Amino acid sequence: MEDIQSKLLKKSKKAKLEQFGKTISFLAILVIVIIVIAIFYFVASKGLATFFTDKVRLSEFLFGRDWNPGSTNDAGRPLVGALPMITGSFVVTLLSALIATPFAIGAAVFMTEISPKLGTKILQPVIELLVGIPSVVYGFIGLSVVVPAVRNVFGGSGFGILAGTFVLFVMILPTVTSMTVDALKSVPRHYREASLALGATRWQTIYKVVLRAAIPGILTAVVFGMARAFGEALAIQMVIGNAALMPHNLITPASTLTSVLTMGIGNTAMGSLENNVLWSLALLLLLMSLFFNIVIRLIGRKGEMK
Amino acid sequence: MKRISKMIGAIGFVVILSGCSGIDNGESINAVGSSAMQPLVEAAGEQYSSIHLGKFINVQGGGSGTGLSQVQSGAVEIGNSDLYAEEKPGIDSAALVDHQVAVVGLTPIVNKDIGIDNISMSDLKKVFTGEITNWKEIGGSDVPVVIINRAAGSGSRHTFEQWVLNGEEAKRSQEQESTGMVRQIVSTTPGAISYIAFSYVTDEVKTLTIDNVKPTEDNVKTNDWVIWSYEHMYTKGEPEGLTKEFLEFMLTSEVQKDIVPQLGYISVNQMKVTRDIEGHVTFVSK
Repeated sequence: MEDIQSKLLKKSKKAKLEQFGKTISFLAILVIVIIVIAIFYFVASKGLATFFTDKVRLSEFLFGRDWNPGSTNDAGRPLVGALPMITGSFVVTLLSALIATPFAIGAAVFMTEISPKLGTKILQPVIELLVGIPSVVYGFIGLSVVVPAVRNVFGGSGFGILAGTFVLFVMILPTVTSMTVDALKSVPRHYREASLALGATRWQTIYKVVLRAAIPGILTAVVFGMARAFGEALAIQMVIGNAALMPHNLITPASTLTSVLTMGIGNTAMGSLENNVLWSLALLLLLMSLFFNIVIRLIGRKGEMK
Repeated sequence: MKRISKMIGAIGFVVILSGCSGIDNGESINAVGSSAMQPLVEAAGEQYSSIHLGKFINVQGGGSGTGLSQVQSGAVEIGNSDLYAEEKPGIDSAALVDHQVAVVGLTPIVNKDIGIDNISMSDLKKVFTGEITNWKEIGGSDVPVVIINRAAGSGSRHTFEQWVLNGEEAKRSQEQESTGMVRQIVSTTPGAISYIAFSYVTDEVKTLTIDNVKPTEDNVKTNDWVIWSYEHMYTKGEPEGLTKEFLEFMLTSEVQKDIVPQLGYISVNQMKVTRDIEGHVTFVSK
């Protein structure tokens, strides 16, 4: 009798295991949350020091066109205008997304609607392979192939936003394509069947039904690609030329937030204005990636297929 | 469950082991900073460890600014820098002690197509400040000048601006982070000019003579070639213990006669001049 009672009251082995698993997962999540908060706190405390400790005005930082943190202008204000880098980052991101989107949609439509067999057998593995190539390889190819090509075709030294756009285009294409494929695949089969049953051709079905239904998914894919392009540092640094100048055209050296950040951070002393202002750039990048995440969430929620 | 406890046991075992080896590790110090100096300090550190078993020198790059601020905050024992600490904003140089372990010479390099071999110092300055925009203006081929600078705040750039541009800023233009990238870009971009340490010069690029002085180590030793700088190893306060021993080892003939020239630096012992931070040159009588 007592035996049974204790058996019933004691936790079973399975329950214990479950409890154990729950604890482990909770701890893991807790660690991740703490790390994220710590990163935010660290970057923000360093990045905001530019404005609170060094008394740089936010407008000077965001809209100034002169970047030379070591020196001051005639009025004695430090030259910390980040507009050239902000412009550079946004222009390469938007241009590369603009070029990559039609290619990605085309490839995805081919893989899901026109030739699913060829798609899963050849194209899918190729695209997954592209994702795995390290960015330094893209950068090196950009440096030794894209830059000379741009120089020969468009003139200039070859370094600049155009070369950066081409490299980023290849880098984000696989991301955007594979996510677009997922979006198209998740369009319910009966949409297509209904459309074909009404007498629509395959093209009409793809264009008017499948693509329309998948728009939120495709937008998410594009934003994901833009987030990747915006944060890419190594490859872009190798081809854009890293000149902190307002870009006047696409073939003169320009710079992005990431390229200035990675180039400068080792050459400045912790706590100096030169260092703090680089952390401000980092904070800007962090806020942008947060923004991209929120946009993705909003698109996803709006376009939920019921 | 059994598997999990085994796993935890294994992890614990590894932790304990690494803890033990931490005790047996003997002494170690960290030297962080200038990537230009990294190969030299690494080679010297390895040599030192092979002689003195159980004493390790951990060497990392990260840039002169990192080295100086890390040594200032006490995070590492030695901060490597291409610059005098006084020249770096945000560093309190009074607390740091300078140890000059080698000399490095810089030379302008150009793409092979520019059509000149010699340049005057004033023309070189005009090229970098943007007054000369095409090589034909100084007797070269008709190709536009493409300036490739090192990253702002880097030691090489500072040295170059100090001795070629008299402290003025170069024209805002392309910047690259590493010497290897600079050489690669100069070798493939028509009309490109930049500057790198002697040891990095290869056949891919052309060096220029300045006022007919060749960029050689002998010319650096006599200060006929003025674009050079000391390689500094900074400590916070006077060095003690292993740090002191290692810094003394850096100046022994073993390092200065073998490792330093092998890696393309110039030994401080062979310099016929000394130069202080303001650039005053004194000849050493030997």
